[in-house]
Amino acid sequence: MSSATDTAPVIPGAQAHSHGPGSPVPVQTRSARFRSTDPTAFPAVTGREVDWKLTPVDRIRDLIDGELDGSPITTTVTEAAGVTTEWVGTEDARIGSAGTPEDRASANAWASTAKALVVTVSSEERVEVTIDRTGADHAPRASHLVINAKPNARGLVVIDNRGSARLSENVEIVVEDGAELTVVSLQEWDDESVHLSAQFARIDKSATLNHFVVSLGGSIVRVNPSAALAGEGATGKLYGLYFSDAGQHLEQQVFVHHIAPHTVSDVLYKGALNGKGARTVWIGDVLIGRDATGTDSYEANRNLVLSDGTRADSIPNLEIETGDIAGAGHASATGRFDDEQLFYLRSRGISEEESRRLVVLGFLLEIVQKIGQESLEERLIAAVERELEAVESI
Amino acid sequence: MATLTIKDLHVSIETDQGPKPILRGVDLTINQGEIHAIMGPNGSGKSTLAYTIAGHPRYTVDSGSIELDGENVLEMSVDERAKAGLFLAMQYPVEIPGVTVSNFLRTAKTALDGEAPPVRTWIKDLRGSMDAMQMDKTFAERNVNEGFSGGEKKRHEIVQLELLKPKFAVLDETDSGLDVDALKVVSEGVNRVKESTGLGVLLITHYTRILRYITPDFVHVFVDGKIAEEGGPELADRLEDEGYVRYQQATA
Ligand SMILES: Nc1ncnc2c1ncn2[C@@H]1O[C@H](COP(=O)(O)OP(=O)(O)OP(=O)(O)O)[C@@H](O)[C@H]1O
Ligand SMILES: [Mg+2]
Repeated sequence: MSSATDTAPVIPGAQAHSHGPGSPVPVQTRSARFRSTDPTAFPAVTGREVDWKLTPVDRIRDLIDGELDGSPITTTVTEAAGVTTEWVGTEDARIGSAGTPEDRASANAWASTAKALVVTVSSEERVEVTIDRTGADHAPRASHLVINAKPNARGLVVIDNRGSARLSENVEIVVEDGAELTVVSLQEWDDESVHLSAQFARIDKSATLNHFVVSLGGSIVRVNPSAALAGEGATGKLYGLYFSDAGQHLEQQVFVHHIAPHTVSDVLYKGALNGKGARTVWIGDVLIGRDATGTDSYEANRNLVLSDGTRADSIPNLEIETGDIAGAGHASATGRFDDEQLFYLRSRGISEEESRRLVVLGFLLEIVQKIGQESLEERLIAAVERELEAVESI
Repeated sequence: MATLTIKDLHVSIETDQGPKPILRGVDLTINQGEIHAIMGPNGSGKSTLAYTIAGHPRYTVDSGSIELDGENVLEMSVDERAKAGLFLAMQYPVEIPGVTVSNFLRTAKTALDGEAPPVRTWIKDLRGSMDAMQMDKTFAERNVNEGFSGGEKKRHEIVQLELLKPKFAVLDETDSGLDVDALKVVSEGVNRVKESTGLGVLLITHYTRILRYITPDFVHVFVDGKIAEEGGPELADRLEDEGYVRYQQATA
């Protein structure tokens, strides 16, 4: 189903459905999309392309076509046993090990970066690492980050983005055999910031990646994660949470490619929109390849509309190239509050305001609760509560 | 002693074909400590009466009044009605994803009392009332009504009744969908609350079964949007034998 919904009064969860005739199939197989690390190999961006048509390209021309400062952005990485951090040149073999740019802004960043940050997790005991990036200005920049979980490693890596930035970047995530890695990309930029992030994950045999995109702050934030389930039995869980205020554009294009047999994916993105011009885009592509027999996949996007004048686009696509799958489904729903939920809470004495707050928090916290790290969960709950405070009589 | 007074209540709902009258002049007075059973055929407007008392926005009051000790209930918002002491156990309790039972109940209790309940006694009360309703304590950490069975939802309504201690409770088919044991447990819960707080009850039901456990002081026959006859407990038995044919013929 493809739905560009303008504050349609639909109850979240009302449109779950399975596949059948009439389901949209992209014109081109998702994996056949053009890729290159050379920005000039891409045609000029017109804003009509399938991957740009919902993005305000005219406000980010500098990041798509312009010159980018590729010197390392101010970054601090917490130290932990079993974790190494190094800045490497672009000739390093780990660069390009998880993916290749699929759009011109990503290729522009790739070609402009002088040094890449490589964070390697080899600890088999679960470690926690924070990559703290506090931007100081709005000069257009590029960066490249590689997160590599060695075989059987376990860890949580938080990319903590704050301050001011105008950044186009590539993030590569390699999860080797049997490893279990959680990556949280947290966007809490200031109001003027722009952030384009192409994130490529390769998940090897029996490995698991839990990937979170949490976008709260920034003028335009576009995080496009793609996960290749490359090894047999690989699992990719891709979750997202976003809260778009007036004038904010928050976008995520998710791509899950089931390549190997018996791979599992679960995609769930939840967003809230509030205020005039609040804008969100979610495109979710799942491709189950020819050899990916016995796979199980599900993707869903749910948006909760809190005011007039917002727009949420939600477009799930599912392509299946093998007849032998364990399950595949998708759901998309954008709606206002469920009045029955409000009535129920209020009939127990809870004020209208508090009832709405409970329902919105409840809606969004489903994602937060999946992170499994208490202090980060608490921080995100507080951040969502701050967003809610700004909501007048939602 | 508090009194809930409903006078000549006319209520309609908005439909695609325009407003549709449902309640056509309901008169009913309930004192605290009394149990009033309402029985009537499907579609006669029993849930409409229940929802109208609770203030559901779907229903429009065209005329008549609802007063609680002389206070105009119709002017109160939904949560103000709860604060004034009204409670509705719904025929179809609503699922609320992402809000746990314990968070919900504590928030409701805090809203009603104007201050958070003391942690220790609260946990004890919550446990105690869930135990009494034979709800496993794991329910406290589940989301409100999400994935609860029909009977579990009804028992959860009575847990709320017991913890929130209203003056008047409308029980809309709380007995439907309960197994024999649950029916007993739920009835005992209602009786216990009535004993300890002097609750007044408006008990909407299709079955005399529950009236064996909760003895009504009055039975009202509800037909076509109003009360067609009133009597004591014996009226319920007669309804079970004869059905509503007599009343429907009279109104046809
Ligand atoms: N949206 C609507 N459009 C048309 N009619 C409606 C609508 N909502 C309710 N009604 C009608 O209002 C009437 C009263 O409904 P209500 O739920 O109050 O009945 P009830 O006595 O509780 O029935 P039951 O015993 O089945 O629970 C019914 O005839 C119902 O069909
Ligand atoms: Mg009913």
